[in-house]
Amino acid sequence: MAKPMDQYKWHELNVGCVIEEVGNAMEYKTGDWRSQKPVWNDAKCIKCGLCWLFCPDAAIYQKDDGLYAANLDYCKGCGICAKECKPGAITMVEEER
Amino acid sequence: MKEGKTGIEVSIAASIAAKLARVEVVAAYPITPQTHIVEHLSELVANGELDASYVNVESEHSAMSACCGASAAGARTFTSTSAQGMELMHEILFIASAMRFPIVMAAVNRALSSPLSIWGDHSDVMAARDTGWIMLFCENGQEVVDSIIMAFKVAEDRRVLLPVMVNLDGFSLSHVIEPIEFPSQEKVDAFLPPYDPLYTLHPDKPVTMGAYGMPELYTEAKYAQEMALINSKGVVIEVMDDFGKRFGRSYKPVETYNTEKADTVFIALGSINENIKTAIDMLKEEGREVGLIHLRLFRPFPSDELISALKGIKKVAVVERAMPGGAMNSPLFNEISSLVHSNKMGIQLSNFIVGLGGRDVNPEDFHGIIDDMSSPEAAKGAPKEEKNYRVIGVRG
Repeated sequence: MAKPMDQYKWHELNVGCVIEEVGNAMEYKTGDWRSQKPVWNDAKCIKCGLCWLFCPDAAIYQKDDGLYAANLDYCKGCGICAKECKPGAITMVEEER
Repeated sequence: MKEGKTGIEVSIAASIAAKLARVEVVAAYPITPQTHIVEHLSELVANGELDASYVNVESEHSAMSACCGASAAGARTFTSTSAQGMELMHEILFIASAMRFPIVMAAVNRALSSPLSIWGDHSDVMAARDTGWIMLFCENGQEVVDSIIMAFKVAEDRRVLLPVMVNLDGFSLSHVIEPIEFPSQEKVDAFLPPYDPLYTLHPDKPVTMGAYGMPELYTEAKYAQEMALINSKGVVIEVMDDFGKRFGRSYKPVETYNTEKADTVFIALGSINENIKTAIDMLKEEGREVGLIHLRLFRPFPSDELISALKGIKKVAVVERAMPGGAMNSPLFNEISSLVHSNKMGIQLSNFIVGLGGRDVNPEDFHGIIDDMSSPEAAKGAPKEEKNYRVIGVRG
C-alpha cells in the first residue's frame, strides 16, 4: 500500500477494496501471533530441507551456509517444522515478550 | 420477437429480458416458483439462441458464488432464486455487494419454511433487505421485463457497481400470463452497451479481490460501500428517465395513485399494489377518496421522494407481506415510521400484515383496513390489540 492502512480515507479506497499492487501480502507481518518460536540445533541439521518444504507460511529460508532459519516477521510458531524434522534439530521455545 | 404485445408467462418473459440484456453467465439452482425463469434460460443457451455459459450448480450458495466469480472475471451475470434458496445464498449476497459485483438477480418472492410453503410473500426478501443490494419491486410483468434490462444499466454504471435484485411476487406474478411488449434487440443494445468492468481477474494484470480488512480499514470499506448504495438512487432515476425516453414506458422510484384528493394512503411493495388500486377504485365509487404510494425502489430507501409523496397526507396504512419477527412492526413500516417521525410529519401510521404464504388478498380486505383506520381507537393511536400491527384475516 502507498501509505499505512490507518491513514486511508473512505473515498481513497478502490471500488470493492481491490488491491492493484501484486505481492503485497509481505507487508502484513503476521509473526506477532506467535507464542512459540523454532530454534535450530545446527549440529543436528542434515540440510534435508523438510522444514522449508513443510512450512505453511513459507517463513523458513535457507542461509548461505545451507542451514535453515525462520523469518520471525511471518513465522506463527505452529511447530510443523519441529514435528517434521527427522533428526530432531528443531525445538519450539516459548516466546518471552 | 414480434412487434406489439405478446401474451406470455411472466417467468418466461423475465428470461427473455435477460437474453435481451445479452447476459454472458447464468448460474442458478431451480426452486419453485423461480424454476421457469432458469429452465427457459437453460433452454435458450442449449438451443444456441443465447450465447452464454449456463453453470449448473449444486446449491444456491454455489449459484451466487459462481455468479461472483463470473462477475469478477468481467461477465454480465444473471441469476434467480426464491425463499429457501435466497436463505442458502444469504452469506454470498453480502459478498456480492461488498465486492461490488453488478450481478442482477430476479428474486421470485416466496414464503419461508416452516410450515413448508411454496407460495408467495415477502419473508425471503425482507430477510435479505440489509445485504447491500439495490432492490426493485415489480407490480406487473411488463415492469419485470423493463426492470431486468434497467437493472443491468444501473448495476454496471461506474458510479454504482452494485448488484441489483429485481423482486417479483411468486405465482401471483411469476406464473400469470400477461400481455407484454418486448423491446427490440437493437434498442436494448443501444440502451445497454456491453459491460466494461473496472477490474477483472486477468493474468495480464493481476489484482487481489476480497482481501482481508483489518480493523484499521473495515469501517472505511463499509462506509464507501454504503455511500455507493445511497448515491445509486440518482443513477436509478437517471436510468429510469432514459428508459422512458427510449422505450416509452416511464418509471419512478416512488409512484402515486389517486393521492391528489386523498388524505389517507396505502403504502405497499410488489404486485399487491394492483389489488390496492382495484380497492381504491371501489372505494371511489362509494365516494371515499383513498390513495396509494407505490414503492418501486426499496433499497436505497427513497426518502426524499417519499417525503414529497406524503405531503398533505394525514393517515398511512403500511401493508406488508411479512411477519415482524418480534420487531415493533413489519420492516417497511419501521422505515416509513422512522421517516415520518424524524421529519416530524405528524402522520397517523397503521401497520397491516396480509397475504402470508400465498393467502389471497381481496379488495374487501383493503376496505376493512380503511374502516379500521377510521375507528376511534386508531385516531387515538391506541392499537386494537396488544401489538402495533394487525394481521388481516387471522382466525381466532
